Amino acid sequence: MANEKNSGTNLPRILIVDDEAAIQRFLHTALDTGEFSIHRAETGHAALAAAVAVKPDIILLDLGLPDMDGVEVIRRVREWSQVPIIVLSVREREDDKVKALDAGADDYLTKPFGVAELLARMRVALRRSLQQAPEPVFTVDELEVDLARRRVLVHGEDVQLTPTEYDLLRLLVIHAGKVMTHRQILRQIWGVAYVEQPHVLRVNISNLRHKLERDPSRPRYILTEPGVGYRLKAET
Amino acid sequence: MVTNGNDKRPSPEALLKLAQAEEAEVDQGLGRLKIFLGYAAGVGKTYAMLEAAWQRKLEHRDVVAAYVESHGRFETDSLLSFSEIEIIPKAQVEYMGVTLPEMDIDAVLDRRPQIALVDELAHTNAPGSRHEKRWQDVEELLAAGIDVYTTVNVQHFESLNDVVAQITGIVVRETVPDGLLDQAFEIRLVDIPPEELLQRLHEGKVYIPAQAAQATEKFFKPGNLMALRELSMRRAASRVDDQMRAYMESRSIAGPWPTAEKLLVCISGSPFSEQLIRTTRRLADETKSRWHTVYIETPGGGRHLRENREQVWRYLRLAESLGAEVTTLTGTNVTQALIDYAVKHNVTKIVVGKPTKPRWREFLSPPLVDRIIRLSGTIDVYVVSIAEAARKPASGIVLPRKAEPWPGYMKSLVLVMAASTVCELVRPLLAPTNLVMIYLLAVVLAATRLGLRPAILTAFLSVMAFDFFFVPPRFTFAVADTQYLLTFIALFTVGVVISTLVSQARERAEAIRVREVQTASLYYLSRDLAAAVSIQSILEAIHKNIRDSLDACVAILLAEGERLEVKTASEHLQLDMKELAVADWAFRNHQPAGRGTETLGSADLLYLPLQTTAGVLGVLGVKLTDDAGYGFPEQRRLLQAFAAQATLAIERVQLVKQAEHAQILQAREGLERALLNSISHDLRTPLVTITGALDTLMDKGYKLDGEARKELLDTAREEAERLNRFVGNLLDMTRLEAGRVDLRKEQSDIQDLVGCALVALDKQIGTRNVETHIPADLPPVKLDMVLMTQVMVNLLDNALKYSPPDAGLEINARMDKGKLTLEVCDRGPGVPVPDLKRVFDKFYRIPVPEGAGGTGLGLAICKGIVEAHGGTIRAENRATGGLRVIITLPLY
Repeated sequence: MANEKNSGTNLPRILIVDDEAAIQRFLHTALDTGEFSIHRAETGHAALAAAVAVKPDIILLDLGLPDMDGVEVIRRVREWSQVPIIVLSVREREDDKVKALDAGADDYLTKPFGVAELLARMRVALRRSLQQAPEPVFTVDELEVDLARRRVLVHGEDVQLTPTEYDLLRLLVIHAGKVMTHRQILRQIWGVAYVEQPHVLRVNISNLRHKLERDPSRPRYILTEPGVGYRLKAET
Repeated sequence: MVTNGNDKRPSPEALLKLAQAEEAEVDQGLGRLKIFLGYAAGVGKTYAMLEAAWQRKLEHRDVVAAYVESHGRFETDSLLSFSEIEIIPKAQVEYMGVTLPEMDIDAVLDRRPQIALVDELAHTNAPGSRHEKRWQDVEELLAAGIDVYTTVNVQHFESLNDVVAQITGIVVRETVPDGLLDQAFEIRLVDIPPEELLQRLHEGKVYIPAQAAQATEKFFKPGNLMALRELSMRRAASRVDDQMRAYMESRSIAGPWPTAEKLLVCISGSPFSEQLIRTTRRLADETKSRWHTVYIETPGGGRHLRENREQVWRYLRLAESLGAEVTTLTGTNVTQALIDYAVKHNVTKIVVGKPTKPRWREFLSPPLVDRIIRLSGTIDVYVVSIAEAARKPASGIVLPRKAEPWPGYMKSLVLVMAASTVCELVRPLLAPTNLVMIYLLAVVLAATRLGLRPAILTAFLSVMAFDFFFVPPRFTFAVADTQYLLTFIALFTVGVVISTLVSQARERAEAIRVREVQTASLYYLSRDLAAAVSIQSILEAIHKNIRDSLDACVAILLAEGERLEVKTASEHLQLDMKELAVADWAFRNHQPAGRGTETLGSADLLYLPLQTTAGVLGVLGVKLTDDAGYGFPEQRRLLQAFAAQATLAIERVQLVKQAEHAQILQAREGLERALLNSISHDLRTPLVTITGALDTLMDKGYKLDGEARKELLDTAREEAERLNRFVGNLLDMTRLEAGRVDLRKEQSDIQDLVGCALVALDKQIGTRNVETHIPADLPPVKLDMVLMTQVMVNLLDNALKYSPPDAGLEINARMDKGKLTLEVCDRGPGVPVPDLKRVFDKFYRIPVPEGAGGTGLGLAICKGIVEAHGGTIRAENRATGGLRVIITLPLY
């Protein structure tokens, strides 16, 4: 059941959904740094109830729950809420990742994971959910994308992109730090008809890399999540 | 010769024999045979059998009537229905438009009763049945462990066949081998006085088949019946005698022991042989001795050989069925070969027939009897008379004579005419006696070219022509000067002798050639078999050799578990269900079957079991182009030899395979143990470190400074990562080995693939230089991005680990012969050449310089993944130092 702590404050609320007591304990300790207010749920139904009651700012969700599948929990939450959901799971198969991401999860971490990694992902997710509109200028390392002016700069120099390449980059920038699955990207840039045509995406990503990356063989901005999709590197 | 002398204990051999006989029955699960023996139809055998069966049924034994023929007799019928014995429906066999009821042997075998009742043991089955004779069906039932009660009349026993014919004047065609009587567990003599039988006959209580109605008149005479009755009683008594003797032997009861006699009879293709065989069997019976039958093949005797071969084969089979040990010998001198054999086998008596040739021919060659007697030494020789009746060709088999060589005779006529012409031309120059030489030349020519008979004809014609044309008075057959008579005799004799000698020489050469061919074919087979290492090559060798030397179609069926499988068969050879069933029978019963045998003789092929001491490996099926070939003993012998050779070779390979299998199993067991050890070591080591670090922190964390605490925590964390990696690898490996990876192949960018791997290893690479050579025009390749990324990560990780910390790496991609080639090269120490293949084995590890131990699974996983993609992976040492791992992948 939802269990409130640090109530009455304006700290971001985190809902941890996991039936393993050891994981719960460890996450609680690791995250109890005073930055967050922590709530817990052990089952899918408890998680759904808590999501309504607590209105968390971020949900950490284990897929293997005793009463229902984690993906189902994501779907039900997504019916009414855009709260960031980070999946924590021992399932390392890309299918499972894609299923969770397509259902609406924002990120995916395979157990075991480092606490630092988790915190970084949580920050990215929180920032995205807290700001209403993306910042007009996105910067990471040498890459600068000015969404308002449709300008892309590498090392301060203008890069010419085709409209599709720009749309693709823009989508990644909006979701910077988050994995976008192939289907998600294809649907949003090319439309539903292209969902089963990953080669257009592959070609455009390759072109983007040649224009943006110093060494396309060792990409630093547009990262491939094998079998899942792509992720634009967020701030270092 | 072995006699027990005064020793009252049973000899060990006797005890052993008894024990073996008892064991054999129990061991092989053979059924017991009970024979109800009568001396004529109507004595009540069937009734007696049913009574006994009823008794068994009341004792709660499982009795069925497999085949009971009541011939509509009221008593028998009512007993059968009253006793409520289960009746197995008879099989209805169609033959030439008539339906003949026969025992349904398969139904009986399926039913598996404890006791089966089978009437009329001597019955001949309808053509197309499995066996020619019912007694063969009975043998199969016994072999299947079913007890059989059966009925038979005494005149049907093989060895009494001719005696009965002498008594009654009726030759009984349906015979049963005596061996069956000897092997019977129990014999019950069914006997009624002849008067009573005749009474029953008059009352119409004896069933007489219609076609035998006239014969019956002759048969059912009181004299005949009394003789037959005595015969049956004697036969039964001799059986009792045997049992008593066996009993006495086993209990060491002293008695009039018979000496260990051994009889030998030598047969030829002549019709007397049959009688000789029967006589010897009776003699052997009376003296309780074993007996041998030999046939001696002489190269010179080839003249008769071809015609008599089938006959000889038949006689040898008869002897075998009468219990003789049968051998065929080869020798130039019949007498010597016979005596040699006799001495070698400790024969005590040789049986020969009285000479039948006219007295004058003895002048040329003494009769066999005389020669044997002269050479026999201590061996007794029995000379038996041969009944006149037997001189007629036996058994009505008409032997196909070779077509008379009419052209040969014509040629001899021409030859004599030519010789006469030449003589006429040179007559003025030569004395008439010297003209004989020209005729002699003609005879020699005829002997060498035309064969024996035309040559003799030439000799005769030469004499006539010489007399007619050249001996004064010319142009008459009259002879003025009587000394020409001597010339005639000399010319004729010399002609005949030359012809005979030449013809014998030729036949000998022919016989030698045939043997030579056989020996050579056996030699070739054994040579080919010695060279063959696999079952397949052995089968090919057998197939080829039999096909070539016998001009036959061949099929080889080998046992796969409980079933026979056709392993190789000649083209055009159709093995339908029926043929396979025959092969199966031969396989299960360990006996030849099919064409040329008495079992399922209507099959297309002859099937010989490939028998070893351990069991039957399979069946060799042979179809000869010449149907008569099945009967030739030498053909059969050659086939048997082939089968024996084949068996040895197949067994050899199977044994080798078994040994290899055992070795592999052993090796695998060792490997698995090593694997378990390795896994438990790899799993525990990190846990030990982690637990140790945590314990230390718990116990004295407050005492440690920040540096030491960090050190401990870093170690624990690293070890945890290592453990995680290892578990991940184990899972991958397990999935790969279980064949549970379903590849999600999609068109992928190789640059993207390499990039993913490099990004994943960003931390490990650090500042090290990584050169990538990826052509811009490289086509996309269909692969599972996730798994191939893992392959690249593993390879790069290894390259980083095993090369010096500042050395660079190289990644090359290119198209090569329509395939993608990916290379990962390092500057490490490389791998010792013999281990280059083994690096892809599970848990293979080469010593790592700074102890950065891997899981030993990385490369094995790579191999599994690449091979799942239909690609290859190999490693080689670079000429300039370092290791290069090369992957090739198909584009699709």
